[in-house]
Amino acid sequence: MKKDIILAGVGGQGILSIATVIGEAALNEGLYLKQAEVHGMSQRGGDVQSNLRISSDPIASDLIAKGGADLIISLEPMEALRYVEYLKPDGWIVTSSAPFINIPNYPDLDELKRHVESFKNHVMLDVESLAKEAGAPAQAANMVLLGAAIPMLGIDHDKMIEGVKRVFARKGDEVVAKNVAAVEAGYANGIKL
Amino acid sequence: MKHLLLGDEAIAQGAIDAGLSGVYAYPGTPSTEITEFIQLHESRRKTGAPIFCKWATNEKTAMEAALGMSYMGKRALVCMKHVGMNVCADAFMNAAITGVNGGLIVVAADDPSMHSSQNEQDSRFYGRFAMIPIFEPSSQQEAYDMMEVAYLMSERLHTPILMRVTTRMAHSRAVVITKDSEPQQNAMPVPENVKHFILLPAFAKQNYNELVEAQTVFEQEAVESTYNAYSKGKNPKIGVVATGIAWNYLMENYKEEMGYSLLKVSQYPFPKALVKQMVSDGAETIIVIEEGQPVIEELIPAYIPSYVKVLGRLSGTLPRVGELSPDCVRQALGLEPLPKNESDSIVVARPPALCQGCGHRDMYAALNEVAREYPSPRIFGDIGCYTLGALSPFHAIHACVEMGASITMSKGAADAGQHPSIAVIGDSTFTHSGITGLLDCVNSNANVVILISDNLTTGMTGGQDSAGTGKLEQICCGVGVEKEHVRVVVPLPKNMEEIKQVLREEIDYNGTSVVIARRECIQTLKRHLKAKKQQG
Ligand SMILES: Cc1ncc(C[n+]2csc(CCOP(=O)(O)OP(=O)(O)O)c2C)c(N)n1
Repeated sequence: MKKDIILAGVGGQGILSIATVIGEAALNEGLYLKQAEVHGMSQRGGDVQSNLRISSDPIASDLIAKGGADLIISLEPMEALRYVEYLKPDGWIVTSSAPFINIPNYPDLDELKRHVESFKNHVMLDVESLAKEAGAPAQAANMVLLGAAIPMLGIDHDKMIEGVKRVFARKGDEVVAKNVAAVEAGYANGIKL
Repeated sequence: MKHLLLGDEAIAQGAIDAGLSGVYAYPGTPSTEITEFIQLHESRRKTGAPIFCKWATNEKTAMEAALGMSYMGKRALVCMKHVGMNVCADAFMNAAITGVNGGLIVVAADDPSMHSSQNEQDSRFYGRFAMIPIFEPSSQQEAYDMMEVAYLMSERLHTPILMRVTTRMAHSRAVVITKDSEPQQNAMPVPENVKHFILLPAFAKQNYNELVEAQTVFEQEAVESTYNAYSKGKNPKIGVVATGIAWNYLMENYKEEMGYSLLKVSQYPFPKALVKQMVSDGAETIIVIEEGQPVIEELIPAYIPSYVKVLGRLSGTLPRVGELSPDCVRQALGLEPLPKNESDSIVVARPPALCQGCGHRDMYAALNEVAREYPSPRIFGDIGCYTLGALSPFHAIHACVEMGASITMSKGAADAGQHPSIAVIGDSTFTHSGITGLLDCVNSNANVVILISDNLTTGMTGGQDSAGTGKLEQICCGVGVEKEHVRVVVPLPKNMEEIKQVLREEIDYNGTSVVIARRECIQTLKRHLKAKKQQG
């Protein structure tokens, strides 16, 4: 088993929490893991990405090669497209449909969505609305996205839910329940393989 | 125990477990998390001896304090980003001459590709320059393990040790297995020979001779080190030398059937004997893969016969600049690129920006309006969040070089006849390297306005304590700026007219003035409010 994942978004959106949950579940499965993070300058509202690699065999490089990623998980549609060079030709894009517009020259949204849809393997969801419908706060949008990505991760749904529970356990039962609900909402609204 | 740690955190945990007594550091990406991890450890520590871990004012004060702790027989750690090595270079170079008593490790975190930096200088040059051993881990586990090995070696050979990491080691997470025994700090044996620490020429000459003699010992250690490994291949005509994390990119792409001779290097001085072995085993071409500048590639032709071709960043086999990637190493090994998607041209750049509600924004709004009232203003910026004032929408600064340069460059410009000559500097940068420059201004009554944009924190690196908080007016007056020309304003839209008036008055004053624009960083403000709410 080997999955190379690019997590993408805008500084402050919370891509690292997604990585934390996947990492927790992967380690619990006895898998190897490497995760290159972005700290520093680009966190100030710029584009951010993290390379997450999980595998049943030892992992060498911290970075994923171009054409090597199985999956892009993005909290923002343009940010998903920023890394398509890294995606395998038959790789998956799982992205939020909501644009984060903090630049004057943001591209036309409809055209942008058509570009995402031109990838055979894509899931594009309004994760914030789904979070709210599930009774979770908008900040749990990243957990909805994680839920939608579960079928492509190579880790069981139930194992991922256990991972969410462990990661949020110290924040209390209510926070755990809301985050689990958010993950389930993403899973239910995504694509089953 | 198993932990998922950043490279930086592995270094910190390694130092703690090796019996660290003090960490001295000034924040800087990608090194900051080392000290922050030790601070967190200290805030939770219930048993054992304390570890000193308060931020230093700059890298030079950090290096000197660590040398003092080492003098007293304790283990000390200094951490900084690569350009911090320039700031502490005097102390660092001379610490190699004094040698150490308690173990002393200097961690320099390099930033090739300049993700968050002004240049991509390679700290291994500093290690070579000072003639001390260097460690360059290839994995988080090595980073952890090396700390104890390096402390023992530092004490055994009486030398400071340089630990060099790069962004992808510092900021990448992997599982690290740690020791579980309670760390033991050193007792305090005074140095055997205090003359070693008195660098009068007569003593320094002797020390320097000892350091030169020690080079063979340092190199032998590197040849025998378990962190360096040579293996002869089935096809030994080609050899590959890979240092630090470059080894991982090699392993990512290496295929057993290539059969090349391989040399992994994670400890220096460069183990010449191993590359000579590679040549006597038949290498006619040697590919050198190293993160950063072509340090080894430049070095090895001197040790091997001239018929051996050396390929790397200088030969164009690898890119001359920027960090390595699995892709460029793949290409250097002669492999086809993986099939991939084309990049999508609809994607536009999303540069970092000042936060909404940040005080630097209001400061620049006022400064820009006032500057426009003069025919040719010059505004010298400095390093920090406020450097983003160079970008849209402000386009407010005309220079930004290194920490503290705003003040002294504005002085030089004023000396050359420029008016208005204005410096914009953050509070942490001001105490890091601005105070001495301000004294230069005062001593010649330079016609400058020094605008300190005081957000009460070291913002760019994530909000660490700032050394001058609560003391800036006193510092400026103490240095000799006239009290009536040390002005304080609050950068908020409602105060715009007042700020502009203060700026005009100080620009029109023929002498050195300081304007402090003070409002808390909105990121730290949010954190403080949240903490307050949690307390009830
Ligand atoms: C010699 C050196 N050390 C450290 C850094 C890393 N660094 C860049 S900006 C900065 C903080 C600046 O803080 P401050 O001046 O208060 O400005 P703010 O970011 O808070 O606006 C630091 C530590 C550096 N670039 N150079």
